[in-house]
Amino acid sequence: MTSIGPGCEIDGFRLGELIHAGSMASVYHLIGPRGPLPLIMKIPRLGPGERAVNVISFEVCRMVLGALAQGPHHPTLVAYGDVESTPYLVIQYIEGARLSDYLPRVPLPPDEIRRLGSALAIALHDLHRQDVVHLDLKPTNIIYRATGEAVLVDFGLAHHSHLPDLLAEELRFPVGNWVYMSPEQVLGVRCDPRSDIFALGGILYELATGYLPFGRPRSSAELRKRLYREPVPPRAIAPATPEWLQETILRCLEVDARQRYASAEQIALDLTNPAAVALTERASRRRRAGWWTLARRRLQALRFEPAPCPPPSRQPHVARVAVVAIAPRERNEALLEALRGAVRSVLAADLGCRIACVTVVPSAAALNGEGEEGTATGRYIKRLVELRHWARSLDLPEERLTYHVLEADRPAVALVDYVKMNDVDQVLIGAPRSGGPVRLLTGVCGQVVADAPCSVSVVRARGQG
Amino acid sequence: MFADIHSNLEAISACLAHAQTLRADRFAFLGDLIGYGADPVAVLDLIEGYAAKGAVVVLGNHDAAVLGRAADLNPNAQAAIAWTQEQLGATQRAFLQALPLTVREGNTLFVHASAAAPEQWVYITNPAQADASIQAGGTNYVFCGHVHEQQLYFRGADGRPTSFLPVSDTPIPATKQRQWLAIVGSAGQPRDRNNAACYVLFDSERERLTFYRVPYDHRSAAMKVRAAGLPERLALRLERGA
Repeated sequence: MTSIGPGCEIDGFRLGELIHAGSMASVYHLIGPRGPLPLIMKIPRLGPGERAVNVISFEVCRMVLGALAQGPHHPTLVAYGDVESTPYLVIQYIEGARLSDYLPRVPLPPDEIRRLGSALAIALHDLHRQDVVHLDLKPTNIIYRATGEAVLVDFGLAHHSHLPDLLAEELRFPVGNWVYMSPEQVLGVRCDPRSDIFALGGILYELATGYLPFGRPRSSAELRKRLYREPVPPRAIAPATPEWLQETILRCLEVDARQRYASAEQIALDLTNPAAVALTERASRRRRAGWWTLARRRLQALRFEPAPCPPPSRQPHVARVAVVAIAPRERNEALLEALRGAVRSVLAADLGCRIACVTVVPSAAALNGEGEEGTATGRYIKRLVELRHWARSLDLPEERLTYHVLEADRPAVALVDYVKMNDVDQVLIGAPRSGGPVRLLTGVCGQVVADAPCSVSVVRARGQG
Repeated sequence: MFADIHSNLEAISACLAHAQTLRADRFAFLGDLIGYGADPVAVLDLIEGYAAKGAVVVLGNHDAAVLGRAADLNPNAQAAIAWTQEQLGATQRAFLQALPLTVREGNTLFVHASAAAPEQWVYITNPAQADASIQAGGTNYVFCGHVHEQQLYFRGADGRPTSFLPVSDTPIPATKQRQWLAIVGSAGQPRDRNNAACYVLFDSERERLTFYRVPYDHRSAAMKVRAAGLPERLALRLERGA
């Protein structure tokens, strides 16, 4: 294997320049054969003196990438070589900037963190939906395409809940990047998607403050500190950090996975709608816990039991989202009550599900600028009040209920876009008032039924057909 | 690969039809062809037809019991064995008598229970027992039945055995760099509260194992068990899958 270098040919692939020579693998551009995708070849460092984890992570990468459906948030596996004779992976080359390229500029402004963070959360959610946990999330493994989409690379330590985990019992030390590693990973748990959410929180922390939340541990004793020692609140380091961002970061970094976000999709939603983030004590925290609390937690950490891993998607664990679409200034009380009834059945059937109340108002350009209804903010608040009023009797905790007033001239298009962007699982929408013999669904409702990429339930009050 | 068919013609026919749509070109029947169910003659004739065309067939403990070899079976199973003995003719008996305990083909070993002691009918229920079978086999792949639930075991890079509960319909890369033991699950009497029949397809070229669950007409199979006067429990098992 010593003679490998640019210009070499392996199984018909011609190597170009060496892009990366890491401790686990070397990565080359491929200059042939020419195909529709730019490709790279990853060759693991195997042989005497190299670590066993290199071989295993080569197999893991092949298994997991091979099992993923082609998608925008991870590279496609094109070919692979036999691990005994010529081990290699041929993978799609992803053009873009690595998140690590942004690190020299930290702390970044909140708007940039929102953009980078929500794209990353969407990519993670896409992975988690396919029953894969990345487990080695770090700035060098995240690439942003020119379009802003995030792509996760390097699946050498990943876990797929439908495939045997070759890494699970073979390594005595927790594998992965210690800087962003979750407490349960420290203890050897490899099946919880919320471990990636913890790492995401660590990355957001670094982007917001310029510091690592838990430093760079050099020993397993130092690594274990994160089981009881929480990071310094971001606002104590970078006072310009908004409260909603501190809330989001610290919620991701909770020691107990059950206290974190249940899914990355919720983080994406919070980062895109900062005004809707439910603030708790985390948002206003100014310092770390005192020595007394610390001593108590340290004792508790000795008995720390990681949360059980959520079951894989065949029994869906990823928190689902239902949208209830309400027309602005809807006065039909019977219909509003029927919509509440429909929401209640959704909630009863799916205890983890979240409800997004959405209404669409004409864009600001159409306003005349007079009175409360005439200004954009006045109208926005009014619609929000109506949505809250409608939902009050559902009696849901804040994190399970969100309100969205969308501005658009074509309500159906705006609703369908919202559904697509937020991975909504179902839509509840009021039936149009039928005025004659036409049996087809008309108007906004009909268009949403036709175009939404998910189930749409058309709700009608009894007797109003 | 099908195991623990237990005279269930509906189940094995559904599995074979399923495998044929996936273009399976070789077949293996991993023992316990009869017992429990109501169609011993039809099932044995079907399997004998496949054997004539090159299918692998090994002997299971129920098959041995029907031949009068000592076996430690529960009362329901014994009742079914006694009933089965009355049904079989000379042809079926001769076919069973000729079955080997194991078949080795290149890097693959077929056996009903554990390759470590095929005639002792050991149940493989943990990684250590799986490892004993893998080591005794000395092959990359050991395929077996006896335990009715599907399970995959493999030896890690450091030699430690690990178990994995397969998800149906999901191809698992099982490369020959490692050693694997697959319990293919029972076709004719599933017991994991899912009444669909179990089988496994191995793609030897791409080194991929896929575990399948195939729904079949379990009501007819259960009705035949009742009509034959076999213990009610055996009919219920088919309906409930437990």
